[in-house]
Amino acid sequence: MGRKLLTEHINVEGIDTFEVYRKHGGYRSVEKAIKTMTPDEVVEEVKKSGLRGRGGAGFPTGMKWSFLAKPEGVPRYLVCNADESEPGTFKDRQLMSKLPHLLIEGMITSSYALGANTSYIYIRGELLYVLRILEKAIAEAYANGFLGKNILGSGYDLDLHVHPGGGAYICGEETALLESLEGKRGNPRNKPPFPAVQGLYARPTVVNNVESIAAVPVIVNEGGDEYAKIGVGRSTGTKLISACGHLNKPGIYEIELGLPVEEFIYSDEYCGGIWKGRELKAVVAGGSSVPILPKELILKTAAGENRLMTYESLSDGGFVTGTMLGSGGFIAMDETTCIVRNTWNFSRFYHHESCGQCSPCREGTGWMEKVLHRLEHGHGHMEDIDLLVSVAKQIEGNTICPLGEAAAWPVAAAVRHFRHEFEWHVTHAKEAAQPGAVYRANAVLV
Amino acid sequence: MAKITFDGVEVEVPDGTTILNAARQIGGSIVPPAMCYYTPLKGSGGKCRACLVRVAAGSAKDPRPMPKLVASCVTPVQDGMVVENTTSEQVLNVRKGIVEMLLINHPLDCPVCDQAGECDLQNFAFEHGVSTTRYQEERRTFEKIDIGPLIQLHMTRCILCYRCVYTANQITDNRVHGVLGRGDAAEIGTYIENIIDNDFSGNVIDVCPVGALTDKTFRFKSRVWFTKPVNAHRDCPKCSGNVVLWYKGKDVLRTTARKDQYGEVKEWICNECRFEKKETSDWTIEGPAHIDRSSVISANHYELPVLNQSVIADLPESTQRELAQNPPLKLGS
Repeated sequence: MGRKLLTEHINVEGIDTFEVYRKHGGYRSVEKAIKTMTPDEVVEEVKKSGLRGRGGAGFPTGMKWSFLAKPEGVPRYLVCNADESEPGTFKDRQLMSKLPHLLIEGMITSSYALGANTSYIYIRGELLYVLRILEKAIAEAYANGFLGKNILGSGYDLDLHVHPGGGAYICGEETALLESLEGKRGNPRNKPPFPAVQGLYARPTVVNNVESIAAVPVIVNEGGDEYAKIGVGRSTGTKLISACGHLNKPGIYEIELGLPVEEFIYSDEYCGGIWKGRELKAVVAGGSSVPILPKELILKTAAGENRLMTYESLSDGGFVTGTMLGSGGFIAMDETTCIVRNTWNFSRFYHHESCGQCSPCREGTGWMEKVLHRLEHGHGHMEDIDLLVSVAKQIEGNTICPLGEAAAWPVAAAVRHFRHEFEWHVTHAKEAAQPGAVYRANAVLV
Repeated sequence: MAKITFDGVEVEVPDGTTILNAARQIGGSIVPPAMCYYTPLKGSGGKCRACLVRVAAGSAKDPRPMPKLVASCVTPVQDGMVVENTTSEQVLNVRKGIVEMLLINHPLDCPVCDQAGECDLQNFAFEHGVSTTRYQEERRTFEKIDIGPLIQLHMTRCILCYRCVYTANQITDNRVHGVLGRGDAAEIGTYIENIIDNDFSGNVIDVCPVGALTDKTFRFKSRVWFTKPVNAHRDCPKCSGNVVLWYKGKDVLRTTARKDQYGEVKEWICNECRFEKKETSDWTIEGPAHIDRSSVISANHYELPVLNQSVIADLPESTQRELAQNPPLKLGS
C-alpha cells in the first residue's frame, strides 16, 4: 500500500470545511513556516525535497523559486495554474473540489516563501463549481486569520484571489495564463523575459501547478529530506495519476513515484487490469500531448527493464522508445482501439485549441488534422503518412510555446509505433470508412 | 557592448540589441527575413517564425548551444554568442517549411494584387521557398470587407502578422480592430463591422507585409513598377509631412510613408497627407526616392555604384584621375 501524502484525508466527511480540515492537521505548515522559519528556509526545504513541477514539464520547483528576481520595493506574485484541460488529465479539479483548504494552505506557505503579498489561482472557466468551493474555503481562511492582514500576528499580509479563465487550453501555458489574467487575449509571450523576471503586470512571478503547490505543506511539515526519501532517484514524492480509458477501475490514484507501470495497470490496488478481459494495446502515459507507446514499450523499456512511473524511466529511450510522465494523464487503450481514429481525435483537439499566433502551429495543426481526417475516412494516400511526420517535424520546436510540440508529438509517435495501421487505412479504404467499425486496424495482423 | 559572431562575421552591438538587429548592422543577404517584426511597433515580432536562427553558442560564459531555434527578432544578444543563419541547413529547411505554411491559405494572386512588387511574402517565398506545395485540402477564403471608405481588407491574403493590430493599438486612438477567433480560424476584423476612421488609420496599409490591407484610392490603378516614386514634403499640422508620391505620368496615384531598406516606416503619416493631397501643387518635391537594388522597380534602371573615398584612395592613380574627371553620380564619404 503506497503512502498518501496529499489525499490521505480526501474521503473524510466535511474535509472541505475549515473546521474539519483543521482537526485533521490542516494549516500546520502555515504556522510552522510563518512562526519558525524564514522565507529562504522554506525555499531550501522545497529544494531539498526534490519536488518537480506536477503540471507536466517536471522542472524542479525549488530551483524555479530560487530564480525569482527579488528587487526591493517591487511586488512579486505567486500564480497557481489551475487551468487543467488536457484530454486525459483531471487530477487537479478533484484535489481542489475535495481538498480546497490543502491548496489554500499550500498557497499561503508558498507565497510566504516567495515574499508575495498577492496571489492568484487561475482556474479553468468551466470549473465553476470548483470556483465556488474555493471561494467559500478562501472566505473561511480569511475569517480564521490565515489570509488577509497580519497573518497569525506575524506581520505578513496575503490576499488570495480566484480568477476564472475563458476556457481555452492555451491559457494553461504559463505566459498565456498571465496575459489572460491581465485581461488580455490569452496568447503566449515570447521568452525571454521569463515570468521569474517579468511575469504578471511585468513583475517577478512564479507560476506553479495545483498539485505542486498542494505538496508544499507536506514538505514543510515533514521536512524536505523526508519527502525526498519517497520515490526513485530524481523523481521524489508522490504523484496523482488520473487513469482513464479501457481500465477496470479508472480514477485518480496517488502513487509513490517508482511504481512499476505493470503494477499500476494490473494490480487491484490501482486500475485492476484491462476491462472485459481484453488485451492492452497502447498507453498514453502523461496526458494526450505526450508520445503514445505500444504495450511492449510501456511495460518494459527497450533494454528490457521494468518501466517505472518516474520522470526518468518513462522517458528512457527518448521519443523513439520512450514517452513522458507529463501531467499524469494515463490513458489506456485496449486491442479494439483504432490508433488512427484516436490520433485524429487528439489532433482535432490541438487544432481547435491553437491560439493562431505563430504560423507553424496555426497552419500546421489544422493541416495534420485534415490529413488524419482523410485517412480515417478512407480518402488517404500512402504519401500522406510521411506527410504527417514531415508536418509534425515542421511544427516541433519552431513555435512560440509548447503547444506546437503537444500537437506534433502524438502524431509523430502514432506513426512511429503504429505505421501499419495508417497503411491499412489506405489499403483498406472502404473498410476503414465504415461507420462504427471497430477492430479495423488490427485486421492487418490477421 | 556585446560581440557576436553571425554567420562567421563578427559584429559588436550595444547590450539588449536583438540578434536580427545585430545582423542588420552587418547587412546584405545574410539578414534573416522578417514578416511580423517591425521596428517602430513595440511588442511586434516572434510570430511568423521566418527569422528563426540557430544559436550555436549561447554566450562566452555559457557556450552551450540553445536547444531550439530562436526567433532572432525577439532574442537579445549576449557577449560571445555564435549565430548561424544562412550557414545552418536546419534553419534553411525550417524556413522552407514556414513558407509552405504561410502559403497554405495565402492565394498566389500576385498578378492582380496591389502589393505585387512590394510584397514581403513574395520575396520570402522567392528566396526561401519551393515551387510546389503538398497541401491538398480546401483553402479558406473571405469576402472583401470595406473597413471605412479608404481601406479595404482582403482577409484571404492575410498572414496574421499582427502588424496592423499593433499599429492601430499604438498610434491611433479609439482602436476598433484586432484579431478575432483563434487557430487557423483567426482573422483580422473590426468590432461589429466598425470602420477605422481615425487620422492615422492609413498606416495599417503601409505596415501590411502582403496585400491584405489595401489603399482604396490606389487599388487597381497601376502596377507598382509602372510608377515613379518621388520624395516630397508639406507643412502638415498633424504629422511630419514627409512622404513618397508615386507618379504615373503627371498624376499622383498614391502617397505612402517613407520606408527604410527593410521596408519599415520611418515616420507615420496622417490620412490627410495619404489620401487627400493628390496634386503636385500640394507638395514640395525633393527629388526621386531611393529605390533599393533588389526592388522590382529597379529592374532595368541601373544605378552607378556608390564609391567610398577610402576605396578611391586605394585605386591606381590613373583610375583616380579618370574618376576625378568623370565623377560617378554618387560619392560616399
